[in-house]
Amino acid sequence: MNSLEVKNLSVEYLNEKGDHLIAVENLSFSIPQGKSLGLVGESGCGKTTVMLSLMRLLPEAGRITSGQVFLNGLDLMRISEKEIQKIRWKEIAMVFQGAMNALNPVRTVESQIVEALMVHEILSSKADATKRAGELLELVGIPSKRGKQYPFQFSGGMRQRAVIAMALSCSPKVLIADEPTTALDVMVQAQITDLLQRLQKEMNLSLVLVTHDLGVVAEICDDVLVMYGGVMAEHADSDSLFNRASHPYTQRLLQAFPDIANPGSKLASIPGVPPRLNALPPGCRFEPRCDLRIAGLCEKIQPPVIQISEGHSASCHLLARGDQHD
Amino acid sequence: MTKPILEVKDLYKYFPVAHSMMDKILRRPHLEVKALDGVSFSVGKAEIVALVGESGSGKTTLSLNILGLQSPTRGEAFFNDLPLGKWAVGKLDQKDRRRIGVKSRRSQTLAFRRRAQMIFQDPYESLNPRQSIWEIMAEPLEIHFPGIREDVKERKVRSALEDCGLTPAEHFWDRYPDELSGGQRQRVVIASALVLEPDLLLADEPVSMLDVSIRADILTLLRTIRDVRGVTILYTTHDLATAGYFTDRMIVMYLGRIVEEGPTIEVLTSPKHPYTQALVSVAPAPNPRKRKQRVILKGELPNAVQIPSGCRFHPRCPIAQERCKQEDPSLTDAGPNRRVACLFAEGIKRNE
Repeated sequence: MNSLEVKNLSVEYLNEKGDHLIAVENLSFSIPQGKSLGLVGESGCGKTTVMLSLMRLLPEAGRITSGQVFLNGLDLMRISEKEIQKIRWKEIAMVFQGAMNALNPVRTVESQIVEALMVHEILSSKADATKRAGELLELVGIPSKRGKQYPFQFSGGMRQRAVIAMALSCSPKVLIADEPTTALDVMVQAQITDLLQRLQKEMNLSLVLVTHDLGVVAEICDDVLVMYGGVMAEHADSDSLFNRASHPYTQRLLQAFPDIANPGSKLASIPGVPPRLNALPPGCRFEPRCDLRIAGLCEKIQPPVIQISEGHSASCHLLARGDQHD
Repeated sequence: MTKPILEVKDLYKYFPVAHSMMDKILRRPHLEVKALDGVSFSVGKAEIVALVGESGSGKTTLSLNILGLQSPTRGEAFFNDLPLGKWAVGKLDQKDRRRIGVKSRRSQTLAFRRRAQMIFQDPYESLNPRQSIWEIMAEPLEIHFPGIREDVKERKVRSALEDCGLTPAEHFWDRYPDELSGGQRQRVVIASALVLEPDLLLADEPVSMLDVSIRADILTLLRTIRDVRGVTILYTTHDLATAGYFTDRMIVMYLGRIVEEGPTIEVLTSPKHPYTQALVSVAPAPNPRKRKQRVILKGELPNAVQIPSGCRFHPRCPIAQERCKQEDPSLTDAGPNRRVACLFAEGIKRNE
């Protein structure tokens, strides 16, 4: 059974001029319990907006215009703010981007985890909560006695671990990690991905990994969803995505990624820049940067989602055309 | 390698740790952060060298010393055969002063700055938002060449911008940084470093803030600049994969020392030092089929105040042995153009 299911999610932002800016359009995906999904895209593609929508934490200017988000069968978009507060952190928790700075600098790490445990009424006695906080720190590889220290006494990697411990404090079933390895050193990145992978298995977590780093996704995710300009470009299991990429954007993105196993190999950037929300192309969002565009079609009409094989789909006119020829 | 343009000889940089009254009363020893602990290497003209290491490895301190923004505790660096430390602060000896044809302290310093320039990491922070691209580009020329003719200035600005792919230059120079994309901004940062026609560029993580889809362009640009202008480039990064893409040689640092050095492709395909091996093993490959056995080192770089005894890597080293706790390995030849600082690395020449 899918623990998290997103159906046709669309999100808009209202800017100061009163324009509606489409940040996410018609996005659907699901994650079975205990599996991991990598949500990949460049800055501005809408991946963080998706995550904030799932948690119902969009800023005031943001609005979910349509779609449903089911968490173990419960539609998160239809329940009241009070009800979502009960679910947040207990059922679905998030490791925020820039977690290095997500800790309160004037309180000890332990007291911040204790607070999370008590606010969410997991444990009512402070002694129990302190004991549990120690266990959580050990779980993420921090000696429990260091919980008495302040965040500034922690290295970047340890802070990231502490934030993960905090996200896991209420034993959620779904964990969303937004760029958990960005701004960390390579070896620390490896430690954190290793930790996430281990926790995911041990706690049977469903993991959503939001990142721009395809390498991290290839390393730990079961499925991958590539976003571009607020829409799904391609969605597949990792093996298909990395070895049989069908969308021109995915293909070009993979070519732009240096592979350490082939040092000196050719890399190719994608010319141009991702579209701005206030100037989305009317047709395919990738058309202005795509070298395979079909004149007269791609710039006018949004491509349909084409099913390539079981669990592998992409939205591109080329694929639709290919189908007709077959 | 041709005659080196930059030669670093046994460079040490220690920073004193604050010593309190209590420390004095209790006669605690004066502590020092050993940011650079004996670093030697040289860089040939028009070479692109990657300086690889994690935070705390000393790569930033090394860059600052090479730019003359810090002076080393011990050791010396030579730039174009002249003592870099003295040159950067305008204290060259008389015969050296004559060689570069300038006299005053300020003109010596300026002459040094013209030849060694820096490309900063974050193109969103390193451009003045209130200056137009023209002002950003022209300012260094006006400082270094007071009274420069307008047509010469325009020619230099144009050529720097256009060499960096901002063509035609006049299409960009009236704009302000916030009108440009991240990739274009980084091109401006690079162009502003190039406008003085330096011999040496220090690029500190120049692509880490950029989207993956445009990184390759900036790296390719750096290589093109080297090919066209013959500039030497030192690329500082913790990202082995991007270094593998465009650098000629690689220097791996750990806790203030060089642990391995060699041609980039060789270092990445057959790393000899266990630290380099671990770094290569954890670099993510963009393919789940290539998931490899990762050697994940425990913990992080130790504090550079208390450097471990013997080999400084031994507490985290997967193959450390008793000997490693006592013996501090020096950087030793290990095959053609390769050097490694490990007692048990393959191919090292042992004097036994």
